[in-house]
Amino acid sequence: MLKVNLSDTIAAISTATGSGGIGIVRISGDEAIEIADSLFVSAKGKRLAEQKSHTIHYGNIVYDGRAIDEVLVSVMKAPNTYTREDIVEINTHGGYRAVTAVLNAVIKRGARVAEPGEFTKRAFLNGRIDLTQAEAVIDIINAKTDKSRETAVARLEGRLSAEIKQIRESILTMLAHIEAAVAYPEHDDETMTYAAVEKGTREAMANVNKLIATADTGKIYRDGIKTVILGKPNVGKSSLLNAFLEEDRAIVTDIPGTTRDIVSELINVGGIPLNIIDTAGIRETDNIIEKIGVEKSRSLAEEADLILLMFDGSREMSAEDRELIELTRDKKTIVLVNKLDLEQKLDLRGMGIEPINISVRNTMGINEIYDKIKEMFAVGDIETDDSVLISRERNKASLYKALQSLENVIETIENTMPEDFISMDLTAAYEALGEITGETLEEDIIDKIFSEFCLGK
Amino acid sequence: MGKLYTADEVDICVIGAGHAGCETALAAARMGLSTILFAINLDSIAMMPCNPNVGGSSKGHLVKEIDALGGEMGRNIDKTYIQTRMLNTGKGPAVYSLRAQADKAKYHTQMKKTLENTENLLVRQGEITDIVIEDGKVTGVISESNALYKCRAAVICTGTYLKARCLYGNTIIESGPNGLRRANGLSDCLKRLGIRLFRYKTGTPARVDKRTIDFSKMKEQRGDENIVPFSFENRAEDIEREQISCYLTYTNERTHDIIRANLDRSPLYSGVIEGTGPRYCPSIEDKVVRFADKTQHQIFIEPEGEDTNEMYVQGMSSSLPEDVQIAMYRTLPGLENVRFTRTAYAIEYDCIDANQLKLTLEFKDIKGLFSAGQFNGTSGYEEAAAQGIIAGINAAAYCKGIEPLVLDRSQGYIGVLIDDIVTKESREPYRMMTSRAEYRLLLRQDNADLRLTEIGYRYGLISQERYDRFLAKKKAIEEEIERIGKINLGPSEDVNSILTDCGTTPISTGINMTDLIKRPEMDYDKLAPLDPDRPALDRDVREQVNIQIKYEGYISRQMKQVEQFKRLEGRRIPEDIDYDKVKGLRIEATQKLKAVRPVNIGQAGRISGVSPADVNMLLVYLNM
Repeated sequence: MLKVNLSDTIAAISTATGSGGIGIVRISGDEAIEIADSLFVSAKGKRLAEQKSHTIHYGNIVYDGRAIDEVLVSVMKAPNTYTREDIVEINTHGGYRAVTAVLNAVIKRGARVAEPGEFTKRAFLNGRIDLTQAEAVIDIINAKTDKSRETAVARLEGRLSAEIKQIRESILTMLAHIEAAVAYPEHDDETMTYAAVEKGTREAMANVNKLIATADTGKIYRDGIKTVILGKPNVGKSSLLNAFLEEDRAIVTDIPGTTRDIVSELINVGGIPLNIIDTAGIRETDNIIEKIGVEKSRSLAEEADLILLMFDGSREMSAEDRELIELTRDKKTIVLVNKLDLEQKLDLRGMGIEPINISVRNTMGINEIYDKIKEMFAVGDIETDDSVLISRERNKASLYKALQSLENVIETIENTMPEDFISMDLTAAYEALGEITGETLEEDIIDKIFSEFCLGK
Repeated sequence: MGKLYTADEVDICVIGAGHAGCETALAAARMGLSTILFAINLDSIAMMPCNPNVGGSSKGHLVKEIDALGGEMGRNIDKTYIQTRMLNTGKGPAVYSLRAQADKAKYHTQMKKTLENTENLLVRQGEITDIVIEDGKVTGVISESNALYKCRAAVICTGTYLKARCLYGNTIIESGPNGLRRANGLSDCLKRLGIRLFRYKTGTPARVDKRTIDFSKMKEQRGDENIVPFSFENRAEDIEREQISCYLTYTNERTHDIIRANLDRSPLYSGVIEGTGPRYCPSIEDKVVRFADKTQHQIFIEPEGEDTNEMYVQGMSSSLPEDVQIAMYRTLPGLENVRFTRTAYAIEYDCIDANQLKLTLEFKDIKGLFSAGQFNGTSGYEEAAAQGIIAGINAAAYCKGIEPLVLDRSQGYIGVLIDDIVTKESREPYRMMTSRAEYRLLLRQDNADLRLTEIGYRYGLISQERYDRFLAKKKAIEEEIERIGKINLGPSEDVNSILTDCGTTPISTGINMTDLIKRPEMDYDKLAPLDPDRPALDRDVREQVNIQIKYEGYISRQMKQVEQFKRLEGRRIPEDIDYDKVKGLRIEATQKLKAVRPVNIGQAGRISGVSPADVNMLLVYLNM
């Protein structure tokens, strides 16, 4: 079970690192204002503790006698805050380094680094939001791309709820017919034929399936497409990665082995979130001329949702290239032939491969890669319409549970079992869908029965 | 108030002798407690002031459960029925509904006879006007004649009598049902005790003279040929008798026109009636207004008994003026010349918000005070009797200092009923419905004895002889299911010709008999010719074997749900919990939890106004 300590003060950078110049350090808890006051030097000599709630103040963060950054500080007092605790938000301007320095100063003054999602957890534990909202907000926090953020926001606005409600309503109507006939055996006009129930059930199944189909896409928007760039040393993997990173306007430092020395990077290219794995490895193999490790490539290929297999168009095909083609044969793979700007010596004819010819150096063909990925993962459509995305495993599980129950209904009908057994699984489907929206059955069905049918002695 | 005198000293006083009071008093007395059962009029014991039947959808289940616990309703209706039918037989074994038409007079006489001949029990005419509480405990009740009956526990079963008034048109009669004297004193006493009262409303149709009905214009509805008793003590052949028919007719647009033209004369629409009525028991004017596009409504004509010409007109409950009632009744085919014997009326009465009760039906704040029946905001004879037996058992358990009886939602409809009224918000008189029972496939009317006999026996309400018979039945079922599971059939010509005769596909490889029973076209009895070693078994044993094998897949799915349910029910909430200390509960939830005081997390989650988020808060708190 949850073990919570609701008394200490937590702080974190509340904007995703690397996205733009402004960074916010958020502090929440009993000592939030006190800690901020110990660092903030107002332009007009104000003390934050004396300010009204929900006001913004201009000044500097000064630590150890040194001004770290010029800031705007918002003061929000409990209980009308997101966490229902005192909250201070420090808006910094100096980019990644400044925001980190401000956070460090806050921590040194007694706050503790918040765990991922801990603000939301507090909002939830303090009764500010319910579980569904909490999950959607956690999605917002974790949102890796704009699209993902929209998905989460749409959830908050209840678009998913609306879709689920529609399906539930149709199930409820069928249930009400069956239940009314059961409760009033002598009333002859409430029964629904098996054919009608079957039709309604199949429609509900189709709608649930539609939602389930969005689950993978939803997950992609949340976690990104796990992508690996494979290829011999010096085919241009590292340049391609840089091209992607520039597209994302991420902070790229010029010092190798600093920000780049990580296992994976989540980037947003052309609206598609790519979670590129083994980025460190890419650099390593491109820097040091060495033989590719086939075993390593194999395990990376297995892990990935998408493989970008790169060849150097200016070189002839080698045994290693053939090996790479073989081990990526059964995976979603896009073959890229780089260095289009040089004389082409690579011959892929007769291998059943439709490569995209690119020149990373001249940024030629990069857009074609995006288009191809969109096509392969069917993510392009989602971008233009506003349909719902299922992005949480829990909701997906509820949908599968509902689907299973609806399948049971069809089986019951096909076996010509009595209608009470239909009712049992319709009820289960209705409740599984209700888990997503947090609604229950019993009063719904009774209200429905008495509003739809004229019954009673 | 005059000078009090001490009239008697007993263990338990039961106030009201309707269907709840009778079961309460019998259970208490049979458990060995000295008991007095009070009624305003002893000629109204177990009276049926509305419909002349017992059972029906989900209510039949309640009667069977009452019987399995050792209650009286099932035995009493078996002795006094004039027609019986098993309804819903095509819809699955969980919703089979046994319903019997009662001879109202005999039902009353028979119940009174049983009460009068029960040891430890006295029936006493008189209105109880006060309940004496000392140190938060019941110590006695006082009657209108200033008689103090000292007791250790009291059970309120006042039905629709408290401050009741009957209405039709602008006629308002300050009386209980059927022209009986209402109970005036007790409401004020309850208010003084801090008990919250509601005002509910219900209604009943007119009774008409059989000699003025033309049955040839109606559809006859006969009883079943193969009858099923309500009581597990009875066998069908022992209670067989000549049955009397009911009749079906319909309203029409002329009926509806008369109603519409006179709506302004209905106390319901003019605002004279203050009480909240049930949606499932609407008056005919209500039906016509709310379902304006329906051109006809079903109306059943049912006999009130063998020795009377009075007929009950089911579906025509009304509070319109008498002249309008007569005019509209006469528009029905077969009722053109009908003459009324009793006018339809609406009745308003005081009842309580049952959230004030524990699951044992004892008041949370008054030790030894219990209540049951329509007084608790329910409706229906069966719902009343079901609470009655539980209140009786628990009042007795309270006096004896033994563990009270609380049935949970997976044990019986009685458990669902009591959990609902104690836990959930009440907006109208509560009626039992199969859709309220989430585990109804396990709570069938056919297996009520398997579910509850053990419990009735433990509380001393089931005789040793009956218990031994029950154990034998249980054993026979288990053995037969096991035996069937061992029978494998090969695709022989004999086998396949019998299967083909039954309309099911022949087999091509070996198959277990269990799997054949599961086929939609097949059942246990049909396979007898392929089962030469089959023992001779009673019909009810064969029925259990068939149901338990045939629906095994569905049953086990529901059992899994029950396991989940039991996990939440198992998480107890301490009685002294301070909800103000639970961080993050919404104000509404805090108020509701304080009012209901749920005993476990499962019950907390069922309270209207307590969200899953609140339950999580509570869980977090309990785990801190």
